[in-house]
Amino acid sequence: MSLLRQQGPAAAVPPSPSVEKVAGTYAAGRKTGRRTAGLSARTRHKAMGLLLVTPFGLLFAAFLVAPLAYAFWLSLRTSTLVGGDHFSWFANYKQTFTDPHFLSGVRRVVVFGLVQIPVMLGLALLGALIIDEVTSRLAKVFRMTLFMPYAVPAVIGALMWGFLYSPTFGPVNSLTDALGLGKVDLLGHSLMLTSLGNIVTWQWTGYNMIVLYAALQGLPREVYEAAKLDGAGQLQTALRIKVPMISSAIVLTLMFTIIGTLQFFTEPRVLEPTASSVITPDYTPNLYAYNLAFQYSEFNYSAAISFSLGAVVFIGSYLFLFATRKRSGLK
Amino acid sequence: MTTAAAPVPAVTTDRAPRVKSSARGRVTVNAVMVAMILYFLMPFWWLVVAATKNNDALFSTAALWFHSPGSFFDNLQQLFTYNGGEYLRWMGNTAIYAGISGVGATAVATFAGYAFAKYRFPGRNLLFSSLLGAIMVPATALAIPTYLLLSKVALTNTMWAVILPSLLNPFGVYLVRVYVQESLPDELLEAARVDGAGEMRVLFNVALPTLKPALVTVLLFSMVGTWNNFFLPLVMLNNDKLFPLTVGLQSWYQGALIQSGANALFTLVIAGSLVAILPLIVAFLLLQRYWRGGLTVGSLK
Repeated sequence: MSLLRQQGPAAAVPPSPSVEKVAGTYAAGRKTGRRTAGLSARTRHKAMGLLLVTPFGLLFAAFLVAPLAYAFWLSLRTSTLVGGDHFSWFANYKQTFTDPHFLSGVRRVVVFGLVQIPVMLGLALLGALIIDEVTSRLAKVFRMTLFMPYAVPAVIGALMWGFLYSPTFGPVNSLTDALGLGKVDLLGHSLMLTSLGNIVTWQWTGYNMIVLYAALQGLPREVYEAAKLDGAGQLQTALRIKVPMISSAIVLTLMFTIIGTLQFFTEPRVLEPTASSVITPDYTPNLYAYNLAFQYSEFNYSAAISFSLGAVVFIGSYLFLFATRKRSGLK
Repeated sequence: MTTAAAPVPAVTTDRAPRVKSSARGRVTVNAVMVAMILYFLMPFWWLVVAATKNNDALFSTAALWFHSPGSFFDNLQQLFTYNGGEYLRWMGNTAIYAGISGVGATAVATFAGYAFAKYRFPGRNLLFSSLLGAIMVPATALAIPTYLLLSKVALTNTMWAVILPSLLNPFGVYLVRVYVQESLPDELLEAARVDGAGEMRVLFNVALPTLKPALVTVLLFSMVGTWNNFFLPLVMLNNDKLFPLTVGLQSWYQGALIQSGANALFTLVIAGSLVAILPLIVAFLLLQRYWRGGLTVGSLK
């Protein structure tokens, strides 16, 4: 919950009480004259804090600030064979937001997310409510099995499902064949998004379930006792009490899932060679940015797309947190 | 996938029918669990079965059951020797990337998280607010810009191109900070100072032992994050001698498809995938409490 509260734009990271206390204690240290030799305690604390934070600060500057700044600078330039490299202000951005390839990718991940995210988070919530209530051996196996795909690299998850979807030897097609339904082209135009959604759901449901489960475990048990005395059944307790009480965790998983969805890349990239007519180079915005840079050497334009995508995700997350701040700050 | 809509037991108010409905409810819940377990386990089962087959059997026998004679050990032998043993090299690369980045990122995050929690220094609030923002910058949106920048200083296509960006772990810093605030009282640090310990001794002898669980969690997350990373090494590397397993396996898979399964590459991809995920599954099963420890931060408190 504090992640949400602290990230809310209104919360400009209030100095924590412990800091005040530390400040108070150095003052005390100085008064008793323990640290009068050399530098004052306050200065030494400042120096120590700076020293400890320096490695992180340098990495932050080199691998976050600098790449973003450089990409932004590149995105303001245009390089052509005839015209050379020159400053073109926001021409690349204007092109980005009118580029049908980019826009179709955005539309595709939005449609994908609208279906896949509710299905996955619904399953995760169902699983979390079950393992919060049931403590049998089966529930333990259930918890571990669902979380296991999280330990599998996304590439390998996509490779496995790519094989499972295979029209020649995949079990899904053997099953539909046996049922007399004939072959189903899971890697064709009409089912590709569903097939990709299935991979993502398989991979991430358990992770989200554990996050929600942890939130459920943190709730005070007395509330359930009270509900039980009032005659609420387990289902009622789950829906009317537990779900509203973990709404902040649900919002959090929702936000991280949306961020992940907008960056959708690995799964379509892995399945691309099996279905090159379906997964076009502009299939998702991120795949498009990648292909522009590495297939077409359009670095300036690719930088503009990466930057726009990052900015959209970043601003979107802040707006989302702001909009749900009341809900997520629910006590 | 349809289990989300599974029928749920009806809620009743009077006592006698509730006993019956809760028994029915238990059956329903167990059925839901079994169905979901089967779905989530199926790809793993398939992978184990497929890893025991040779290329012909892979295409001609039922996908979810073993075929005899099995050729698991032949597959392994081929896996480790194919193309001059490049799989072993990729495995070594992955271990190097995950090991160095994991340990490095944990050290950096620990120092910074501890500093944010316990010291007041100039720029603290500004840096911490930008860190919180950085958690939300999509990693893949950073990879191409980082590539463009590193190519300016001729660092792309080297191991450093994968290791250095992986050292930055803003979420790890956040996690350590939260943990320090919750589990390391100022009085403990102050007591050590009164006993004459310098700031470094306070950090290494007092703070770090208390923070061990948080450090293991950060280490696990950073190592697994690097082990599983695909986009960054894909962008940074084009020398296949430097590939980690993820990029290497994907290149084999692409190669297998181009040759439309004519050679044994498919079996190699399958055996290679199995061998690649084993250490992760084992680590995950053994270190469960640390995984869960990390996942609860931010959602709970």
